[in-house]
Amino acid sequence: MASLKDRARTAGSRLYDWVELRLGLIKPLTETATHPTPENSASWLYVFGSAATVLLVLQIVTGILLALAYSPSANEAWNSLAQLNHVIPLGWYLRALHGWGSDFMIAIVLLHMVQVFLFGSYKFPREMTWIVGVGLLLLTLGMAFTGQVMRFDQDAYWGLGIGASISSHVPIVGPYLVHMLLGGPIIGGATLARFFTLHVFVIPGILLGGVGLHVWMVLRHGVSDWPMPGRIVSRSTYQQQYHELTASTGIPFVPDAAWKDGVFAAALLLAVMACAFFFGPFGPGGMPDPTIIQTAPKPDFAFLWIYALLAFLPPSIETPVLLVAPVIGIAGLLVLPLFAGEGERHWSRRPVAVLLVSVIAVTLGIFTHLGTYTPWSPVMSAWTSAPIPARLLANRTPLQRQGALVLQDKQCRNCHAIAGSGGQRGPALDMIASRMTEDQIIRQVLQGGGNMPAYGNALSPSETKALMQFLMTLRSEDLPPAIDSSTKLTHPGESQTAHPTPTPKNP
Amino acid sequence: MSEDQTNPTPPSHHATHGEIALAANAAAKAAAHTRRAFLFKLSLAMNAAVGAVLAVPLVGYLLGPAMKKPSETGAWIPLGKLSDFPVGETRLAEFRSPEARFNDGDTAKAACWVRRISEDKLQVFAINCAHLGCPVRWFAQSKLFLCPCHGGAYYEDGRRASGPPERGLFEYRTALVGDSLLIHSGDMPTFTTEAVNKPKPLIQIAPASSTDEAQAASLSTNGATSPMRSNEWPA
Ligand code: FES
Repeated sequence: MASLKDRARTAGSRLYDWVELRLGLIKPLTETATHPTPENSASWLYVFGSAATVLLVLQIVTGILLALAYSPSANEAWNSLAQLNHVIPLGWYLRALHGWGSDFMIAIVLLHMVQVFLFGSYKFPREMTWIVGVGLLLLTLGMAFTGQVMRFDQDAYWGLGIGASISSHVPIVGPYLVHMLLGGPIIGGATLARFFTLHVFVIPGILLGGVGLHVWMVLRHGVSDWPMPGRIVSRSTYQQQYHELTASTGIPFVPDAAWKDGVFAAALLLAVMACAFFFGPFGPGGMPDPTIIQTAPKPDFAFLWIYALLAFLPPSIETPVLLVAPVIGIAGLLVLPLFAGEGERHWSRRPVAVLLVSVIAVTLGIFTHLGTYTPWSPVMSAWTSAPIPARLLANRTPLQRQGALVLQDKQCRNCHAIAGSGGQRGPALDMIASRMTEDQIIRQVLQGGGNMPAYGNALSPSETKALMQFLMTLRSEDLPPAIDSSTKLTHPGESQTAHPTPTPKNP
Repeated sequence: MSEDQTNPTPPSHHATHGEIALAANAAAKAAAHTRRAFLFKLSLAMNAAVGAVLAVPLVGYLLGPAMKKPSETGAWIPLGKLSDFPVGETRLAEFRSPEARFNDGDTAKAACWVRRISEDKLQVFAINCAHLGCPVRWFAQSKLFLCPCHGGAYYEDGRRASGPPERGLFEYRTALVGDSLLIHSGDMPTFTTEAVNKPKPLIQIAPASSTDEAQAASLSTNGATSPMRSNEWPA
């Protein structure tokens, strides 16, 4: 037996020699994998980069498999997705994996970036690794946006419209940009084709090349050591210090440090699979038919914050903000390591960095949260679907009840909630009579102002009268009706309560 | 690993290794090097030239969509019978974009809001919100167009009422031929593309319909002085 084992071993090593002599890659790759890395960098916080790469591979594999069934034509795209969802065995699962994989990838890339930023790992000599990394983040977001277009549904259609509208604001070249983006004067087959080209050929190609560069530089400079307060990065000494640290505490990357990457990658893939299995694929939503206007387009999760921002920017500064802010933001990220390439790495000595991350994270979080329930959007169906609670109509005069009808019929509820249902664009009306006097409400309703259109043309005098009668009943029993503070001065002896607004008792 | 040292050793040019021969050899080599370096530079220059010749049509192809002249875009298309749009009402009308191609599927369709003000006065609004293009909806009771995306609102005549839009709704140019209503449609309306579409001469629609010359001549156009921005296509 022993001789058989020996013979197998010899045969194996001869095969290895034969291959390696011709290939010449196995030995250098093994050396690379087992290169020594500072012991303190073998941390659970250092796993996000490799995890992002693993997710990229997942996206490529699932993307290729989806391409077997997807038809990048405006005629057929939606139907080919429906077929993937409902006809092709496991098609739904592949779509779900690809969709969830994309969300996870954005999250992991962002985590990776935050970790690198807070650890000061972008400093000398890893400045270019960071710069390429910023490019990789933008490419990842580009994949997410073009991927959203691949799901050629209503959201994709109107999302393209939003993208075109934003580009149309660019000075001078605006119209040309729109045509370049859409591939023609309208959103159509040419638009889908060019986004398909970007999503499947152009961006992945650049992305893979960028990842190659990024990893190459990580290997060239080594995994950054764990930052210590007071250990200052200086161009003259850092590399020497790093090599000493590696020489004294170095452990082979594979397997001593890499096992954590492996465990995290497996857990992450499991999480993607679980989400895909339990929550299923994203869409497609309604067919991309622009004549179906009963729709409230919304972008994917990663872009919700932009959507929210667009609702809050005042018209006067919207164009400059939309066109200038991204340029400044991206430029800032790119030049960061050039201006802060030396100095402290530890977060406890970099309060501005910590503050910056916190503020950006909270801001993005708030805007994304707002984007999930869009309080600025009128609820288009509220006027027919959200009835006025019966208790607000009990013991009311016929005119007051008529006013409640006017309120419903004139779609006030689309923007104003009562008893918690209705739009949130305008203030809730439950307590309106405690906050505004009748005169103020009439002025606001008829002339508009702030964010409210004027209803002077849409309300007859009798409707206005009835509406006011109802609105003046909307206050809590504990609060007096609002009064005009100047009344006492201008009309001594007369008071606001003299208005014909009996305050009935709520049951 | 010794086997792979099979690089051919540089052939010794001269068997006689005199000093002079060596020097002559080096001089010849240097001259040959200069010549080859020059030839390499020449080849770079040739490739730059060929590359430029190759690139121009490729870039031209890529920029094709942006190169189309605005006057080539758009056409007059019928929206339907005038009697389909009762006076005093605002109704949704659908049409097929004159810019649609064979593979546009549903996206070839387009919709607009037709407001018939009086017997012969009409306004036709794009459904695309003047903010960022979402489809606005008409609410007849409150006489408002509302946008689902960021809450833009417009009055019945298209004026901006509230919300993020900077301006009123985009309007199509309209024309009446006999009993049929026509609009001039081309670009998907956005902040700058809607303004640059110059309408074709109306005569162009005459042969398409069965109307005679006299009728074509009696075309009445609305919205010639529409509130559209007057930016021209930048030169
Ligand atoms: S797209 Fe209509 S308000 Fe933004």
